[in-house]
Amino acid sequence: MTETLHAPLAPKMTPTSAPFWAALGEGQVVLQQCDDCEAWVFYPRPRCPRCLSAALAWKPASGRATLTTWTHCPRPTAPPFAGLAPQTLAVVTLEEGVRMSTFLLETTGRTLELGMALAPRFVPTEDGTATLLAFAPA
Amino acid sequence: MGTQRKGAIVGYAEWPTVRRYDGPRRFMLEQWMDLAAEALADAGLVLEDVDGLVCGTLREANMFVPATVVEYLGQPVKFAEFVDLGGATGTGMLWRAAAAIELGLCDVVLCALPGLPIPSNPDPRDRPPPEARWLGSTSNAWGSPQAEFEVPFGNVAQNAGYAMIAAHYEARFGSCERARAQITAQQRASAALNPLASFYEKPVTIDEVLASSMIAEPLRLLEIVMPCAGGAAVVLASPEKAKKSPHRPVQITGYGESLTIKTPTFAEDLAVTPVAAAAATAFARAGTTPAAMDLLALYDCYTITVLLTLEDAGFCPKGAGAAFLAERNLAFDGDFPVNTHGGQLGVGQPGLAGGLLQPIEAARQLMGRAGPRQVRDVNRALVTGTGGVMSEQVALILEGA
Repeated sequence: MTETLHAPLAPKMTPTSAPFWAALGEGQVVLQQCDDCEAWVFYPRPRCPRCLSAALAWKPASGRATLTTWTHCPRPTAPPFAGLAPQTLAVVTLEEGVRMSTFLLETTGRTLELGMALAPRFVPTEDGTATLLAFAPA
Repeated sequence: MGTQRKGAIVGYAEWPTVRRYDGPRRFMLEQWMDLAAEALADAGLVLEDVDGLVCGTLREANMFVPATVVEYLGQPVKFAEFVDLGGATGTGMLWRAAAAIELGLCDVVLCALPGLPIPSNPDPRDRPPPEARWLGSTSNAWGSPQAEFEVPFGNVAQNAGYAMIAAHYEARFGSCERARAQITAQQRASAALNPLASFYEKPVTIDEVLASSMIAEPLRLLEIVMPCAGGAAVVLASPEKAKKSPHRPVQITGYGESLTIKTPTFAEDLAVTPVAAAAATAFARAGTTPAAMDLLALYDCYTITVLLTLEDAGFCPKGAGAAFLAERNLAFDGDFPVNTHGGQLGVGQPGLAGGLLQPIEAARQLMGRAGPRQVRDVNRALVTGTGGVMSEQVALILEGA
């Protein structure tokens, strides 16, 4: 599927976000949910950005998403991404309602549509320290 | 509250904005001093009149910036602010200065944003890391959400973010490609008459904009500001001190500010910008409306910024920007003058100073000092500033006293 693709830059992980990255390494998507107001939270935080409750729990997420916006970039967006050009950057909305920044695979950018269904793709970083969550048309 | 004591722009300094600067290099503090001298002379004021100061980031100090500038200038103040709003820094500085004057905290406030290259540092340990060049407004510091959730995906700096805002808008409301190209072309028509602009005497056509290279779909090269060198400063004064200025005082009668996100990934609605709230606040405070504006000076880091600002500030409904623009001419001699200096798309972007060029042009027009590009009967202007990737916006209403 995407075994040959590696992302050039690793995320600078933090103790707060460690469970998110650990799950991606096993091909799973997990998100925080607030026990008090039930809001899904992304990116990871110590408290809920809707009600400031500290009662956040990690829950499995489906990994399914819809396309909120995208840009097909013929030129690399930064020097480390030269090997990935052309990139298709995207913002997606997960089934749970949270947004995330990502890139799209298995598309040339021409057949993309607002709201189209996307499935997760797990992309290791070149240094082997992390797995990024990318997406492809479902 | 102090409505009779409005702070007014009474003078300014604007250096030529150039793509390739080959003049003497000076530290930002040294540039601050030069800009202060020029702006005060323009305002008919002297250093001893200054009792307030507003600064932005300095390369020579990463904290205690106002005190550093105060000491360097040799002039104590009663009010000092440090503003960190990216492209909205300039407009954010002006309303803070005006508010301080309204509150009676001070009488004359100096705001400056140097943007010339500084001397190259002989000590390599003291130079910024190479990645600073491509990170732009993105923080790659450990613990920054962007370092973790944006940078690894290549969503860095500004181009991709603005492109994704434009793409989302077009997916919902249809293509605005031609309207965006029109914004560049008509602003460049004004820039062609502005000797301070890097595109002085260099107009472009809509077709030339549409033929420029694709950077991040749907945005093309000529829709994106060109990084340049320059610098700008503004002097604001109370009504009493304004009497010393040879110019018509330009009062800041309304102002509003809105900050929502750092990256548009998390914007509640990617097609709605913070200027909606900022402009509503500014118009209400000034007791005026979009229809009463004689001139607009809108922050234009990208063409899409201008189009969304027109919609969100209330000039036309959401999604109607392209149709609205198709019936108007934004050039200085058009029926709907916007960015009569050329905007940053026509002048170039001298770093943070780019955010002072819009208010300076509005003041220049309201003072009647715009020469061959002077718009007739200008009394009220809307000025906006935009920072980050539609992260934060400021709106000002300027009125000739």
